[in-house]
Amino acid sequence: MSTPDLFDIAQKEAEAQGAFISTVLCCGSTACLTSGGQAARDAVDEVVASNGLERDVRVVSTGCMGLCSRGPLVKVRRRGEDEVLYADVDGAAAREIAERHVVGGEAVEHGQLSLDHPFFARQVRVVLEHLGEHDPNRIEDYILRGGYKALERAVLEMTPEAVVDEVLKSGLRGRGGGGYPAGNKWSLLAKAPGDDKSVIANGDEGDPGAYMDRTVMEDDPHRVLEGLALCAYATGATRGFIYVRAEYPVAVRRLEQAIRQAKRNKVLGKSIFGTDFAFDVEIRIGAGAFVCGEETALMASIMGGRGTPVLRPPYPTERGLWGNPSLIQNVETLANVPTILNRGAEWFASIGTERSRGTKVFALAGKLENTGLIEVPMGITLREIVEDIGGGVAGGRPFKAAQTGGPSGGCIPAKHLDTSMDYESLQALGSIMGSGGLIVMDDEVKMPEVARFFMQFCMDESCGKCLPCRAGTHELHELLKKVCAGEGTLLDLDRLETLCEVVRDNSLCGLGQTAPNPVLSTLHYFREEYEALVAGAAVPQASAQPGVNAQDGSA
Amino acid sequence: MADQRTTPTAGAERPTPAAKAAAAGNGSAEDPREKMLTTQLKKVRYRADALIEVLHAVQDIYGFLDPVQLLRVATELQLPPSRVLGVATFYHLFTFEPKGEHTCTVCTGTACFVKGADELIAAVERELGVPEGQTREDGVLSLLQARCVGACGLAPVALVDGVVVGKATSDMLLTALDKAGVGPMADGGAS
Ligand SMILES: Cc1cc2nc3c(=O)[nH]c(=O)nc-3n(C[C@H](O)[C@H](O)[C@H](O)COP(=O)(O)O)c2cc1C
Ligand code: SF4
Ligand code: FES
Ligand code: FES
Repeated sequence: MSTPDLFDIAQKEAEAQGAFISTVLCCGSTACLTSGGQAARDAVDEVVASNGLERDVRVVSTGCMGLCSRGPLVKVRRRGEDEVLYADVDGAAAREIAERHVVGGEAVEHGQLSLDHPFFARQVRVVLEHLGEHDPNRIEDYILRGGYKALERAVLEMTPEAVVDEVLKSGLRGRGGGGYPAGNKWSLLAKAPGDDKSVIANGDEGDPGAYMDRTVMEDDPHRVLEGLALCAYATGATRGFIYVRAEYPVAVRRLEQAIRQAKRNKVLGKSIFGTDFAFDVEIRIGAGAFVCGEETALMASIMGGRGTPVLRPPYPTERGLWGNPSLIQNVETLANVPTILNRGAEWFASIGTERSRGTKVFALAGKLENTGLIEVPMGITLREIVEDIGGGVAGGRPFKAAQTGGPSGGCIPAKHLDTSMDYESLQALGSIMGSGGLIVMDDEVKMPEVARFFMQFCMDESCGKCLPCRAGTHELHELLKKVCAGEGTLLDLDRLETLCEVVRDNSLCGLGQTAPNPVLSTLHYFREEYEALVAGAAVPQASAQPGVNAQDGSA
Repeated sequence: MADQRTTPTAGAERPTPAAKAAAAGNGSAEDPREKMLTTQLKKVRYRADALIEVLHAVQDIYGFLDPVQLLRVATELQLPPSRVLGVATFYHLFTFEPKGEHTCTVCTGTACFVKGADELIAAVERELGVPEGQTREDGVLSLLQARCVGACGLAPVALVDGVVVGKATSDMLLTALDKAGVGPMADGGAS
């Protein structure tokens, strides 16, 4: 069987791309498409065609460029000139940009966004490095940027142990929420007996308000495949699965297409790079159940069953899919691996903090000037994210809190804005790093309402297997509803706290164990809001700006 | 979402798009949808562990999980019907009732919640007389929730027949629904 010649593919692609005088990169990811990105792309195509410039101008629909709230975004690159990024590009603006800048050679002044803008300048892109740069539909574009080189080097020049070692040394920890060291998990699976081991990429992304993993799967699918293949090579697994939530049909399509391309190019399938390493990947689709992000539930779902968690141990590395050793790793965790092997564990470990190495992708949302998808070195402060990258709270209102970790996490109040964003510091504040949802709230948001919102989510999503979670989340939600309606008493607040502890300490899986976190955390930092509600008064405003007249309390 | 977790009932006689399309063939041996499902079953090689994929296929083809089709799935995958029903009822995306002609889905993920998704739902409920999680009596509109549609930068977000309305206000959403052909109920009465 012939081996793929990555160098050759990359060179051909470079030549093909180099033949164009200009490149117009149009963001083709969800948020931009939603705000009229297709009209922008169509307008550019039209102008290029009507000027007969198809051979001089390359128009590409790329992955998310990050600053989703200013979309549609369009980047223009002309040979020998600095690139220009345009924001809020509707059809008419796109036509003007295409006619004046792409065809005429003169940049349009309005709508430009400086690339020195702190939103971009403060980020460090590892996982997202190709987003907004390449065409996620083409394996050649991935290979041109060094794609599958890490896999080639691993299978041809490295032993599986050496790959595990490199990941261990990098200090890479799980990005799905728990933060367990990836290398440790890999060596457990490598040592597990059996010749039918599986590796699973967790793309369930249950946090309701986050889209990191979705974007990586849609906009750089080959990076996920390469990470998974490296994991398989290092651990001796022969089967791979990517579990994608059903709400992400584009991710499913892009991954399926990427698998076909990878097989055609022999970087996946039998005899990878001409060696006897064989590895196949299947996509499995969820059906809307948050609990399926939990490892044992996820495996039950892959096997076509109800996604009901079971007690661990045994851990998946001992008893996983169909009873065989398996390993589950979050999509973003895996997406880091090709770069770790390409640039070295030391390089990776130099980013971040002592115990939290590397970067983290966040879906920055809520009441900020700039919202979107960001990747920052761990150890950056929350203040830098909110004020520099996020441009501060929208409308100049006071910052009240940021929520990380979604329904399993907690909030960080203004007095802790200088907290370092790393696993341990966030935990010390009663929140968690989580999978990357980062939602900023201003003084208009009522914290007991936020707690009620998350509790309703957990109640709806509880699988019902164990009583503390099934009945406890329901009871907690009732209590919170009562409190939010201004009908609670001080006694109810005590009940809330006690019940939170019961649910946390007695639930079988992570869903129940962490469901009380948003309540405990808001009670801890914003108890006065709860107390004001049970006293029948309106929610007090954030102390920062007494002049601001926010909406009144109870509904 | 959980609101869709209703118990199986015989399909109501509302004219869903799927039902309309198949109206001609319904009941006869030549229902084209049967063939479509056969193709999907073949694609997964009748493997029992592909049950969830097959249920998705049934829902795509028929618009909802028709009890008759669930029995067929059980037979073809050689699974006990209780297992098929057990899995079907576990997952929120599966529905046992046909959806309305049009759907309005409001995102209630955290970013949208923080930016007032509740008001969007309330507006549609109030103005168009459809309770959240349900289909209007005349079968014209279903009002559903979604947990994050991945456009949080544009929160709050709603979808009208799958088309996203970003940075939505109640007025924008109602206008979009009006354009899609959804007006208040004919007799003007909300339930
Ligand atoms: C209720 C629940 C939901 C979870 N949802 C997700 C999820 O959506 N994505 C994810 O990667 N991990 C999720 N996890 C964590 C996974 O169980 C698992 O720890 C993780 O995928 C391991 O990968 P990592 O070490 O790379 O983070 C969830 C855990 C629980 C208890
Ligand atoms: S804690 Fe909740 S979700 Fe987890 S097994 Fe128990 S009932 Fe199910
Ligand atoms: S979707 Fe275009 S910038 Fe994020
Ligand atoms: S929370 Fe609504 S789009 Fe993400």
